[in-house]
Amino acid sequence: MEKKTKRRDFLFTATYAVGAVGAGAVIWPMIDQMNPDASVKALASTEVDVSAVNPGKTITVLWRGKPVFIRRRTPEEIAEAKSVKLEDLKHPEKDEDRAKNPEWLVMLGVCTHLGCVPLDQKGDYNGWFCPCHGSHYDTSGRIRKGPAPTNMEIPEYKFVDANTIKIG
Amino acid sequence: MSEHEYTPKSKVGKWFNDRLPLLTLANHLTDYPTPKNLNYWWTFGGILTFCLITQIVTGLVLAMHYIAHADMAFQSVEHIMRDVNYGWLIRYIHANGASMFFLAVYIHIFRSLFYGSYKSPREVIWIIGIIIYLLMMAAAFLGYVLPWGQMSFWGATVITNLFSAIPLVGEGIVTWLWGGYSVDNPTLTRFFTLHYLIPFLILGLVVLHIWALHVPGNNNPIGIDIKKPSKDTVPFHPYIVIKDGFALLMFMIVFAFFVFYTPNILGHADNYIEANPLVTPAHIVPEWYLLPFYAILRSVPDKLLGVIAMLSAILILAALPWLDTSKIRSAVFRPLYKQFYWILVADVLILGYVGAMPAEGLYLLIARIATAYYFLHFLVVLPVLGFKERTTPVPLSITEPILGGSPNLATVKKKDSFKDQ
Repeated sequence: MEKKTKRRDFLFTATYAVGAVGAGAVIWPMIDQMNPDASVKALASTEVDVSAVNPGKTITVLWRGKPVFIRRRTPEEIAEAKSVKLEDLKHPEKDEDRAKNPEWLVMLGVCTHLGCVPLDQKGDYNGWFCPCHGSHYDTSGRIRKGPAPTNMEIPEYKFVDANTIKIG
Repeated sequence: MSEHEYTPKSKVGKWFNDRLPLLTLANHLTDYPTPKNLNYWWTFGGILTFCLITQIVTGLVLAMHYIAHADMAFQSVEHIMRDVNYGWLIRYIHANGASMFFLAVYIHIFRSLFYGSYKSPREVIWIIGIIIYLLMMAAAFLGYVLPWGQMSFWGATVITNLFSAIPLVGEGIVTWLWGGYSVDNPTLTRFFTLHYLIPFLILGLVVLHIWALHVPGNNNPIGIDIKKPSKDTVPFHPYIVIKDGFALLMFMIVFAFFVFYTPNILGHADNYIEANPLVTPAHIVPEWYLLPFYAILRSVPDKLLGVIAMLSAILILAALPWLDTSKIRSAVFRPLYKQFYWILVADVLILGYVGAMPAEGLYLLIARIATAYYFLHFLVVLPVLGFKERTTPVPLSITEPILGGSPNLATVKKKDSFKDQ
């Protein structure tokens, strides 16, 4: 039997389509209300005074509710980070690209596996070690061993002056 | 479901029942024909209902005193413990109640695995049960976050980060779940809302679970279809009510032991330290009832595959009625399955143990072997066993082995053909 498109079929399809758009317009606010709100977004940048940080020291500051490690690296650590061959890395990134000023490493202190805070100067690579599921990071915060898929993230930051870093 | 028509005796009862047949329902529930050979492993359905109601009632009371705010949640829980009249009791019942709930549900699930209760025609009961189990895990996780201690905070961080393993949209989903860039106040308030909602979803599913049960009726220890009502059945009330009641009392003794003598043994001391987003506790472990799945997650060295393995370990249960190819339900008549069943029990216990240990060295190796075996059991052993196993003769009725001693030729013949299936 030949199927003819009737006026009624068109009306049904049009009604379903309008209904779907309407339902979507109602559901979207219900979903989007769970995303970060304006007050959370307003706290998106932090300025940090780093004048008191000596070489070989790390300070941890809170940015967007997450820890940011600011480490003033020793010359040995910088040399160690620079000497690693890129092909030995799970997530190849040059140290120069991670620390614009090699003395200062600024990165999110959040393990890329499941979000724990790694411990300073621990692990097999003298960098960081995540106690939760055993990820080892090197002195550049790059993943070397363990379940984490990527290096620790470098947030957007800049030196406002010689002693102040603005994160975000 | 019941064949006979029920008419209330009183005039008022009849008047009401004609308009809303609640009395017919009550009559169905009391007369519901139950296999007479149900053992104590069958009492955990009732025990679980008790657990759910206990959690709802204590939870409602706790919600009257708890404050879902990142700055006040921790203090409000201490306030419940120290200031609120009997607050310590109610909170300890609720916290240990979660563990008791899982203890009972694991016994209930493994009862089903042993006696083949998930097989046709009870697949839908089983799948509803799996959904209830998933919701229980969600509710337990969300509830564990509410006291806003260190384990709450970092447990929430780790579990929500599981979603970041999803390619492309993962990070967006995690931010959406958090309502920010980390676990914080918006996360806490929504977790509280959902923790409050889920028990009622479970309650609704429990009604469906029991409804679906009452269509084919209970499975039983010898796993055969029985005639209902018959010599093989007893009415639910008073026989099963009394038996369930006795088992519930025994269960409550265990429950009370934990609440009154070691209320914190199943928790972690770290959760009495207020949440600190800058410091992760040295050793993060989930609650005991999630440990086997945690071990599976950690045994896979890849983030996405680890998450997939963990979820599959739970979801594979939903496919069980089709993975198990054996026509015989009860392990009593399956000599090989019975052995594999106990190996699986041991395997899950081993996974639970290594899940609590650090993920390194020998523990990691054991976790990997146990994870592999877990999947092997469901994907290889069960499908193959149905074809290869030589089962022992199944009685034709519950009473036959005791009462039906007469050598009926037709019966004997039927039994032999059953064996070859």
